[in-house]
Amino acid sequence: MGQGHAGDSDRKSARHVIVRRYDNNYLQALVKGSREVFTNRSMVNHLLGIEGLSKSEIYRYLDTAQSFVEVSERDIKKVPTLRGKTIIHVFFEPSTRTLSSFGIAGKRLSADTINISSSSSSVKKGETLLDTVRTLESMNPDILVMRHSESGSPHFAARHLSRASVVNAGDGAHEHPTQALLDLLTLRQHFAESGRQLEGLKVGFVGDVRHSRVARSNILAHLTLGNEVRLIGPSTLVPRDFTAAFGGGKVSVVHDLQQGLEGLDVVVCLRMQLERQNEHFVPNLDEYAKEYCVSEGILARCCPSSVVLHPGPMNRGTEISGEVADGPRSLIRRQVNNGVAVRMAVLYLLARSAEPHEEVEQ
Amino acid sequence: MSSHRPIVIQNGTVIDAASNLDGAHDILVEDGRIAAVEKPGALAKHADAERIDAKGQWVIPGCVDLHVHLREPGEEWKETIQTGAEAAVLGGYTTICCMPNTKPANDSAEVTRFIIEKAKAAGAARVLPIGAISMERKGKQLAPYNELAKAGCVAFSDDGDPVVDAGLMRRALEWCLMLGLPLSCHEEDRNLSCGGSMNESPLSLKLGLKGFPGVAEDVMIARDIELARFTKGKVHICHVSTARGIELIRRAKNDGINVTCEVAPHHLVLDEGCCSGYDTNCKMMPPLKGHEDIEGLFAGIEDGTVDAIASDHAPHDLDSKQVEFSRATVGILGLQTSLPLFVELCSGGKVSRRRMVELLSYGPAKSFGLSSGTLRVGSEADITVVDPAARWCFEAGAIRSKSKNSPFVGRELMGRATHVLVGGRRVVSGGALGAESSR
Repeated sequence: MGQGHAGDSDRKSARHVIVRRYDNNYLQALVKGSREVFTNRSMVNHLLGIEGLSKSEIYRYLDTAQSFVEVSERDIKKVPTLRGKTIIHVFFEPSTRTLSSFGIAGKRLSADTINISSSSSSVKKGETLLDTVRTLESMNPDILVMRHSESGSPHFAARHLSRASVVNAGDGAHEHPTQALLDLLTLRQHFAESGRQLEGLKVGFVGDVRHSRVARSNILAHLTLGNEVRLIGPSTLVPRDFTAAFGGGKVSVVHDLQQGLEGLDVVVCLRMQLERQNEHFVPNLDEYAKEYCVSEGILARCCPSSVVLHPGPMNRGTEISGEVADGPRSLIRRQVNNGVAVRMAVLYLLARSAEPHEEVEQ
Repeated sequence: MSSHRPIVIQNGTVIDAASNLDGAHDILVEDGRIAAVEKPGALAKHADAERIDAKGQWVIPGCVDLHVHLREPGEEWKETIQTGAEAAVLGGYTTICCMPNTKPANDSAEVTRFIIEKAKAAGAARVLPIGAISMERKGKQLAPYNELAKAGCVAFSDDGDPVVDAGLMRRALEWCLMLGLPLSCHEEDRNLSCGGSMNESPLSLKLGLKGFPGVAEDVMIARDIELARFTKGKVHICHVSTARGIELIRRAKNDGINVTCEVAPHHLVLDEGCCSGYDTNCKMMPPLKGHEDIEGLFAGIEDGTVDAIASDHAPHDLDSKQVEFSRATVGILGLQTSLPLFVELCSGGKVSRRRMVELLSYGPAKSFGLSSGTLRVGSEADITVVDPAARWCFEAGAIRSKSKNSPFVGRELMGRATHVLVGGRRVVSGGALGAESSR
């Protein structure tokens, strides 16, 4: 990979995006680092989860993403960075924002992108995941962005691919690393405005933590940054075992909303799915909403200076009130906006790290 | 087919729980039976005998496996009775009991006889069929127990499908009590296990995999113990994987209830942590557990609560394992790894040598009322010679089964069956299938 993908001028302008802010040494370290980070017992780099990323690696993503924010604000929202690269989005589960965000990110970097969804693919005809990803790899894509309903599926795909990088765009109830990174970028921007850091925060997740990949990736990230994490919700959806699952210490489980919100800097509301009442996780959604819907009133009482995130799609009136979602403490639309920059950064770092060192060092 | 020439197994350490032996003895095999167990050298006068030198090795009763899936009839691409029976003897097993989850299920004399015929032709381990508890294992109508027993079934089980209907279970126990045969039960409350693909624990939460809580097994063990208490019928609990399950069985035994149980080697030597890489060869039912449960199983082994080690040998083709973790089939191979894994546990001091031999032979035989599993004079000569010091790498090429789904592939194993006799006939010699004389 990497031979003759881009002409010299392209490469210069491609690097321009990043090198504007960092010197060449930093760029080398950045590329070298990500090569090491994502190596999964093979030479190919993947982003399968936040698990295993160090603090500096997280910041490397955030720094790179921040540098890409500006691209999306230009009149001509396109840089030639990944010209000649092919990215396939394989979505075995429906998605609006993640899929469009990855698609826009790839296109703004000039990569060729195509989308494959389970409803229109051979999966409908009974093809296995392994056959699907191997078939796609035979067409020499550089990156497969994958969403799947079953936990561990991108890890399984990555084990069986020899050339393409895999980006996990959400696997079951396991991880959704780019969502966590965009949440962090959003928080970093917000707290920077008041001179605060991304570290030393108290972050709460409210709702269906059990089934949330967004929560898991975020928990891992906040723990790596040394933040305090509070998981808030009924015992069926937020079992006590979560504390042990994430190594105890900085993760606590609280079943009472008011008590849980007390003193938080960040409140992340999680989507509550309708099906959960049929699976006996909640008596019914009304009962749930009465106890756990995050309203402006309760935030004003318990954590007046907090900001609110939601990964979307929202159920207004169930896990979050409209007033909060649209109010001044909501960073929800900024999250979506940052989603593009974060995914540009992820694609950029993966594609670049797959190239031989000397190309970067030129 | 059995050779008329007597065989003397000499210079070995003979270990047999039933006859309370653990020391240097020589064994004379004549006409397919154990004719004598004597002090070393005492059998020298049998000059015409074929000799097996067991120097530095253990001579134990042929191992008995109460829980094996042979896949024939119906899924012959995964395993056949031939390949399964051969894998068994290579692993030191001389008797294996095969579960009825074939296609069709073993709920008629035709299927039972088919299995027995095939097993005879295979000429390796003895294969004893387990009949279904209910027709097609669907839990709706009792299977014809007398027909099955007359055809050769030694126990009844609906295998991976737990008997949901307690009323049917009660009648099955009552009927089988007349036949003196046990019901072998896979214990799982499906409303609790709920499609979980690994042990419910902090780890399953972290991995985002649906959890199968240990209590799903425990509540069914408790139910069947109470039904056994009530009916006086005989219950054998399959692959117990929880500390609580062991405790329930321990108490039931103290109460004099007719219950026995088995533990699978993988539940002792692997733990739920093996699932962290989403390796489908670590997916089995019941799922691998955490340390508390594993300690509970070892405690049950030590105090005698556990009667048998059963491999739950479950061959699956690559295609059904090379998929998403939650969609993969459950189970792993066991026939060729159980004995070595136990030799290793033994060498690590986790199980005594004598207890290990009991769990692999006399214990399981007694649980199903079989006459095998002992080296008593007069019993059929099912004998396994084990080299406990052998260290070997378990390569895929060494797997005799048609399927290769073992998490132990590539692992160094300790101990190996070098010579195996079934009814006095040599089926494994020098660690390989066949009857060639060793030098």
